[in-house]
Amino acid sequence: MATTLAPAPAGARGSAPEPGHRPRARRTAVRYLPLVPAVVLLGVFMLGPVVWSFYGSFTNAALTGRNALAPSFVGLQNYQELLADPEFPKSLWLTVLFVLASAVVGQNVLGLTLAMLLRSGAPAVRTVVSTLVVVAWVLPEIVASFALYAFFHDAGTLNALLGAVGIEGPTWLYETPMLAVILANVWRGTAFSMLVYSAAVAEVPPELTEAARMDGATARQRLVWVILPTIRRSVSTNLMLTTLQTLSVFTLIYVMTGGGPGTDSSTLPILAYQEAFKFAQVGYGTAIATVMLLIGAVFSVVYIRSLRPEVD
Amino acid sequence: MRQVRLTAAAAAALLVLTAGACSSGGAGGDGGATTIKIAYQKFGNFTQADELFRDVKAEYEDANPDVTIELVPIEASQNDYFTKLALMNRSPSTAPDLMYEDTFMIKSDVEAGYLLPLDEHLAGWDEWDQFVEGAKAAGLGDDGKTYGVPMGTDTRGLWFNTEVLAKAGLPADWAPTSWDDVLEAARAIKAADPEVIPLNVYSGKPMGEASTMQGFEMLLYGTDDRLYDEDSGKWVVGSQGFRDALGFIETIYSEGLAPTPQQALDPNLGSVVSGEWLPQGRLGIALDGSWMPGSWLEGGEAPWPEWSEVMGTAAMPTQDGGEPGAVSMSGGWTLAIGAGTQDPDVAFDVLTHALDKENALRFAVENSQIAVREDVAAEPEYLEANPTTKFFSDLVEVTHFRPATSDYAQVSNAIQVAMEAVMTGQQSVEEAAAAYDAAVVDIVGEQNTVEG
Repeated sequence: MATTLAPAPAGARGSAPEPGHRPRARRTAVRYLPLVPAVVLLGVFMLGPVVWSFYGSFTNAALTGRNALAPSFVGLQNYQELLADPEFPKSLWLTVLFVLASAVVGQNVLGLTLAMLLRSGAPAVRTVVSTLVVVAWVLPEIVASFALYAFFHDAGTLNALLGAVGIEGPTWLYETPMLAVILANVWRGTAFSMLVYSAAVAEVPPELTEAARMDGATARQRLVWVILPTIRRSVSTNLMLTTLQTLSVFTLIYVMTGGGPGTDSSTLPILAYQEAFKFAQVGYGTAIATVMLLIGAVFSVVYIRSLRPEVD
Repeated sequence: MRQVRLTAAAAAALLVLTAGACSSGGAGGDGGATTIKIAYQKFGNFTQADELFRDVKAEYEDANPDVTIELVPIEASQNDYFTKLALMNRSPSTAPDLMYEDTFMIKSDVEAGYLLPLDEHLAGWDEWDQFVEGAKAAGLGDDGKTYGVPMGTDTRGLWFNTEVLAKAGLPADWAPTSWDDVLEAARAIKAADPEVIPLNVYSGKPMGEASTMQGFEMLLYGTDDRLYDEDSGKWVVGSQGFRDALGFIETIYSEGLAPTPQQALDPNLGSVVSGEWLPQGRLGIALDGSWMPGSWLEGGEAPWPEWSEVMGTAAMPTQDGGEPGAVSMSGGWTLAIGAGTQDPDVAFDVLTHALDKENALRFAVENSQIAVREDVAAEPEYLEANPTTKFFSDLVEVTHFRPATSDYAQVSNAIQVAMEAVMTGQQSVEEAAAAYDAAVVDIVGEQNTVEG
């Protein structure tokens, strides 16, 4: 981050005579000085916990019992146990499913659709719809979670509505827990994608779409061949942000299903919480956290590679 | 330009310095005065400990002006309470001097070095012999030293709604002598009124430890098998008793003698049972704890003045009526002293004040606890507090304690998983028992298990 901010003036004066070299180095150093506190704070509060958690995953640290007193370095043991744990593949799959269905597909597609529709909607409709969508996003996570629990509950709003038209709804949280939490996360997160895409679509030069229209492109073709390539950067950024955010969703699932029934909605954050805090196996829990970090990294690399936001 | 830059740097530096200064403040005594920090749970309708410690603080500070008592009520459910207490204990600056400690966490917290052995202090306390032996045992660490002074204990048994049982032709002094008796009564209730839930036995992960202890262990300890072999210190796998207990769960849930799995897997089932189902006559029999009247008393969560006329109690029978005929499980809470306390003598003095006869009596009555002091147990006020006190106190004779090793939490979870699998029909009893055995071997290691 620091390197991208400073070099512009320094590069402009690259042809300065040799004697100026030393003062310039000093001046560059002084220029970086104001960044030091920010870098230190970032290091302590962002990088620190990550490094600490990474280290913790190689120990048998625990909250109670003998290993709380003197945790020891156990190498890759936590990871070996994790790979052998029958709950792990299931949890991994549920996590990937949750991310793909609710973030990549749900939030992005719905967000983009809303953004496109609202562009051509009447101002009143636009205001009402965007307010409603944003409200879901503005609600604190725990409040939204309880609201969704009440909505999907056996005797909740959804089944009451279905009952009013003569359909007996399933017990959502029990029979289809993943569907319930995925829909919940789509509801909650769509506003963010909608805002990002509204801004991006507004930036698309009208003459591009006009020209396409003149050439006889249908609305669908205009979207695929003109608008999407133009807002590629926003798509990439938005996919990255929603993926990482969804990967770490905990409260929503914990409140709605508690990871159950059984382990049918235990994504990795729920599993990590259970191991670290319910069973007091902090070391093992941090190993799961590290795996989550890796999954996030894989998604990020895929997005950056496939969408190449830096190349035009 | 330069000046601006310097000012910015100075401002930033100042920010870092003040942030640092903030964190290093706090702590430290104010010359001679002693501060005793007491950590305890305060959650939902459990405010009895909070009320007790508030009064203890007022009384003790009045009598000892140089001592300040700092109360740290931890507002968290049972599971989260252990976690938060453990996190507090990990750092000397937050570790409490006195803590409200569950008996089943004592052994592992001793291993973790969180607790102070109290033997020397107890030797000099003339009221220590008032405590009953069984309760004292619950405060022992693996090294045989005492780490917790018991505040109260509990037992478990069958609660039944006499009005519901009467409709099914069962007497008000119903006393089953085997599991079959219980099942027959449940079937009779179902036949008399299909709308009523005949029998509730907690099961599955959402109810956590209640499933393991009020549900599964109340069954298992009524068979010839155990969860853990105390003599060899090994966990029992592959026992017939384990399969029979799971079989009982499967029977009641598959025959519709229990709540539906959806109802049973609601984490709020506990308050639904005591606050709605039993008072409204929607549940016949509940396998539950001695503390139930706590929520029905005036000022409780769901006041129900008629409860003592409507509700009956019976001991949970053993599987086929074998000796000793009844079974119960006990837990309970203690007061323990933090290993890092600056002033163990003062901390112990506060402890003895909080658990003197008067306070122990009050806590037992208000919290519907089984008294652990003989002088309290003999008090008419205690015996008259509610009509079931004597019944549940007598169950102490047949009670069992959980094997509270540091692996227990994970084994308990494996039990809940097995229960949930059979109650929902996902696995047969044999499959669920086999999965449990594999899980236990995984948790404690093959060398620490023994075939049952």
